[in-house]
Amino acid sequence: MNELRPRSVAGAGLSLQVNGQPHLYDGDRLRRLADVLRDDLKFTGTKIGCNAGDCGACTVLIDGAQACACLVPIGQCDGAAITTVEGLAEHGRLNDLQRSFLAHGAAQCGICTPGMLMAASDLLARKATPARQEIEDALGGVLCRCTGYQKIVEAVQDVARAAARPAQQGAVGATLAKVDGPAKLTGRESYGADAIPADALFLRVIRSPHPRARFKLGDLDAFVAARPGLLRAFTAKDVPNNGYGIYPKVKDQTVLAIDEVRYRGDPVVAFLGTRAGVEAVREEDAPIRYEMLEPIFGIDAAKAGAPVHADKPGNMLADGGVTHGDAEAALAAAAHVVDVTYETSFVEHAYIEPEAGWAERKGDALELHVSTQNPFQHRDDVAQILGLPKESVRLIATACGGGFGGKLDLNVHPLLGLAAWLTGKKVAYVYTRPESMAASTKRHPARVRVKAGCDAQGRLAGFWSHAELDTGAYASWGPTVANRVPVHAPGPYVVRHAQTRGTAYFTNCPPSGAFRGFGVPQSAIASEAAMDELADRLDMDWLEFRRLNVLRRGDATITGQVLGDSVGIVASIDAVAPSWRAWNAEADAFNAGSARLKHGVGIGCSWYGIGNTSLSNPSEMQIGISAEGRITLYCGAVDIGQGSNTILVQIAAEALGVPAGDIALVVGDTALTLDAGKTSASRQTFVSGKACELAALDLKAKLAALGGRAKLRDLPPDNRGDALSGFGRFDPPTTPLDANGQGDPYACYGFATQVALVEVDLDLGTVKVLKIAAAHDVGRAINPQQVEGQIQGGTAQGIGLALMEEYLPGRTENLHDYLIPTIGDMPEMTCFIVEDPTVHGPYGAKGVGEPALISTAPAIFGGIQRAAGVRVTKVPVLPHRLRAAIRAKEGAR
Amino acid sequence: MLGAREAEAPDYVRPDDLAEALRLRRQGAQIIAGGTDFYPVRVGRPLRAPQTTILDLTALAPLRGMAPDGAFHRIGALTTWTEISESALPAQFHCLQAAAREVGGRQIQNRATIGGNLCNASPAADGVPALLALGAEVELLSEAGARRLKLAEFILGPRKTALHDDEILAAILVPRPQGEAISAFYKLGARRYLVISIVMAAGWLDIVDGRIAAARIAIGACSPVAQRLPKLEAELRGRAVDSDLAKLAHAGQLDGLAPIDDVRASAEYRSEAALIVLKRLLAELAP
Ligand SMILES: Cc1cc2nc3c(=O)[nH]c(=O)nc-3n(C[C@H](O)[C@H](O)[C@H](O)COP(=O)(O)OP(=O)(O)OC[C@H]3O[C@@H](n4cnc5c(N)ncnc54)[C@H](O)[C@@H]3O)c2cc1C
Ligand code: FES
Ligand code: FES
Repeated sequence: MNELRPRSVAGAGLSLQVNGQPHLYDGDRLRRLADVLRDDLKFTGTKIGCNAGDCGACTVLIDGAQACACLVPIGQCDGAAITTVEGLAEHGRLNDLQRSFLAHGAAQCGICTPGMLMAASDLLARKATPARQEIEDALGGVLCRCTGYQKIVEAVQDVARAAARPAQQGAVGATLAKVDGPAKLTGRESYGADAIPADALFLRVIRSPHPRARFKLGDLDAFVAARPGLLRAFTAKDVPNNGYGIYPKVKDQTVLAIDEVRYRGDPVVAFLGTRAGVEAVREEDAPIRYEMLEPIFGIDAAKAGAPVHADKPGNMLADGGVTHGDAEAALAAAAHVVDVTYETSFVEHAYIEPEAGWAERKGDALELHVSTQNPFQHRDDVAQILGLPKESVRLIATACGGGFGGKLDLNVHPLLGLAAWLTGKKVAYVYTRPESMAASTKRHPARVRVKAGCDAQGRLAGFWSHAELDTGAYASWGPTVANRVPVHAPGPYVVRHAQTRGTAYFTNCPPSGAFRGFGVPQSAIASEAAMDELADRLDMDWLEFRRLNVLRRGDATITGQVLGDSVGIVASIDAVAPSWRAWNAEADAFNAGSARLKHGVGIGCSWYGIGNTSLSNPSEMQIGISAEGRITLYCGAVDIGQGSNTILVQIAAEALGVPAGDIALVVGDTALTLDAGKTSASRQTFVSGKACELAALDLKAKLAALGGRAKLRDLPPDNRGDALSGFGRFDPPTTPLDANGQGDPYACYGFATQVALVEVDLDLGTVKVLKIAAAHDVGRAINPQQVEGQIQGGTAQGIGLALMEEYLPGRTENLHDYLIPTIGDMPEMTCFIVEDPTVHGPYGAKGVGEPALISTAPAIFGGIQRAAGVRVTKVPVLPHRLRAAIRAKEGAR
Repeated sequence: MLGAREAEAPDYVRPDDLAEALRLRRQGAQIIAGGTDFYPVRVGRPLRAPQTTILDLTALAPLRGMAPDGAFHRIGALTTWTEISESALPAQFHCLQAAAREVGGRQIQNRATIGGNLCNASPAADGVPALLALGAEVELLSEAGARRLKLAEFILGPRKTALHDDEILAAILVPRPQGEAISAFYKLGARRYLVISIVMAAGWLDIVDGRIAAARIAIGACSPVAQRLPKLEAELRGRAVDSDLAKLAHAGQLDGLAPIDDVRASAEYRSEAALIVLKRLLAELAP
């Protein structure tokens, strides 16, 4: 296990200053500055999102100038002064910029925050009051996947003022600064790769470079023996129960492949060794012989081709639908019928934190520290895979640098567990960016066909749809997506006759899983286009057509669910109506004077059921109080940036009647918290929020019964040191869907309307989103600033989905070929918060995480149609696709 | 003694002496400058092959700085994009400065060098069309001495240059114009920042007595190496600089290009966009 000794030229090491402190360095001078900062000097505030200059998370100052620490050899830092995020706070006090970020809610998951802060520091040193354009130019090299950048720009613009403003206090309804904000702003927050023990060994996985192949392994023992940096190899044979999956009965994904690989990225062999040792393994040298098989790409090939899984002929994973009334008859009788088909692409979550974690065996117990959205299921899965009792596995969620659904599936966990368990060593595993992109789940590509009809007055009469989904090589969340789509297919409208269907097919592509909206964003693109077309048939205003048809209190959905309360869709339309009218007028005026640049305005309405579809999804919370009166919220719900840590503290504070600052938090530790379910389906504010409220009320009642806090001292402390604790459980009331998809699948729905003003360059086919107005019914905004942050961040992902994001296996496995919006791609955004409370949620609150995204692409596509007179039905609408459509139209003229 | 040192080649050297650098180069050392192309191709991989020496050029003062040099303007190979965009340079360098502001983001521009951009020889390198438009030459040094090549003779194909294994690119030399030269750069990408060009173009006009005495127009990302457009250049010569210039561009001038389909755009789109980009470039040069 010898490391290669660095052979730097004779002479002493180099000296540098980091955050004002001198350091001597005598190692390999070609090492990346980022690695030296993180691994040697423990300045782990400098993040690594790509190691390729593409994300900017590693941005530091070198002699005052911003640079990517992943691209600088430490040798170039001889005599240099380096500033990292840890160097910003002065005497433990946030500096003005950090305080402004905190006040503006500019950090969500926080993984990009150090890079943003450093880039902004560079700018502010050059220019104290920069203009917006200067801010964009300075921060353009740092990607953020959570915030939509708006609050970051505001924070930089507002440094002088925000710093002076006192922090807001307060419980429900207040803009309480993130409780974990200071940790994220100072670099103290510890993510999956930040607390790896120095003596940990590393895993390296060799993944299939082919979409489909049989393989044979050669002599791995000899391979390992020939490489002193390696300790051992793992293959499928080492995995006790080599199958996992989301559903109790579908365990089709392997920890390490058995004989056959089904997508480019399928794991084949894992090596354990020193970090340098595993990095030195060249993929092409690994003793794996592949025999290529004809891969299945796309839905049509899946239907006709050989099965991806032998037990699934026809490659159908899931098929479900809703039948409500008689859609066929209604469409036949309708005054106007439109027929629209859209096709979408694989979309990558592109969280800036790649999958990471480490594990350690402690006697008969296994401890995992990982970045996850799903701690309890992941603990159960690891235990099941290793054949251990659940109680032997403890999972401690680290801070999570973005998830968006992509960290609901197992990633590093099973191999970490396996290697730590079998070798007794501490084991770490950090995905590289290309590995993260190749291996992780994607948004389902969908081919959605919609037929919609209305009467002569514009009332929707019938709706038919079929969403065919490319679910990739393994089931992952395919059935959930295939079920959720038909329930939501028509959008938030009254439709008396509907027939909708969702079908998911296996292919030899990356597994499609959960991604913000579970298929609803794809299906809304087609259904909202149909609404535009129907309105056009009637020569009706797009907004008025929608307003006429949307659900109101007392209306039934296509599953027959009567909505008793909390139906804020009309209010959301009315909130954006002034923007709609004003921008349409502006666009007309602009277009009259412009030949090749055209403006257009589009609109999208959406709805989204909060929580799991017709499935129990309880959350359990505990709040303890110690003899000294210390209050702790034990919260199994992980905050992936969306802000549940803060929201849940606010709810507990409100219910207990104490200041939010008095409540300490323990999050996502399977040994100390109860199962709150996954951070998905926009459910944590709603479901865990309610459980938290109930836990607080329970504690309050117990305290009252006890006769006051003074009596706490008489009680013996429990295992967590608390004298008393309150418990709350909430499982949203739903009913199962029958054979026709009828029932009450969700306890409440979020509603939204967005309007987009876009500019199309007819000659180049490029689109710029100029303005977006977004109105979202969230029931009750527990924290208005965080609601806005979700809307802005979701909208940014909607823009990416609409205009630039297309994952192509083997071709866009990095963040320069796979493009997500930068700070310069965001429109001017106005958010309207609509509060139509639900009786079920905490203080009336619903969720907003996924609703944030659904309306954006439809609104943009409507705008493009108005501007250019064409619809591009292949998404994303890349310049060459839009230009081809414009060319066809101009040629036809 | 000498033999011993040669047997145990150092991993990494950052000399401040050019002669030492050239000697290491003769012994097979591989070069790093700003590192912005070096590290991204080594993600999750060893940083160097066993027994190779990495020669870091960044301490070599003679490779830095920009200054007039006889009939040329000399730009040291180590000059960063930020230095280029923020320096006061003659008007003809406008295209290069505009290109500099489009390379990656600010943290890339602060470190990435113009020499690295040329030596890396990416078909989408933004510096190349700008320097072709400027008529740049490169100065290559080795222990055997210096040689000069026109930029078009230096960049031979994707990732392929005429640099010899023992050479260092020392400087870029841009000839002085006859009259008042102006230039412009236009980049088309699929997002605002950090984006690899779908098409980019640079144009340079040397104006004497209100007429175009010489023109150089180059297009990138539409062929293995960015190309000059001699037909268009010929048609521009002798013209007055007015808003009619944009009308001169037509598809026939682009027949030297060979655009391909890739993840960023289709070949068909590239051909079409190239012409649009060209027209906009000319419109910018002569509004
Ligand atoms: C996120 C990101 C975005 C980028 N965006 C753009 C962009 O928009 N447009 C663009 O054009 N480029 C872009 N680049 C590429 C890159 O920044 C440039 O090509 C840069 O100018 C290379 O310079 P360097 O000093 O960093 O080269 P290095 O990485 O140090 O070296 C590059 C290559 O050139 C050789 N080399 C360097 N200097 C010399 C020399 N003086 N003599 C001989 N050989 C030498 C090296 O051996 C190496 O092979 C981007 C890069 C990143 C990481
Ligand atoms: S880690 Fe350095 S830019 Fe992404
Ligand atoms: S807050 Fe920017 S990436 Fe999460």
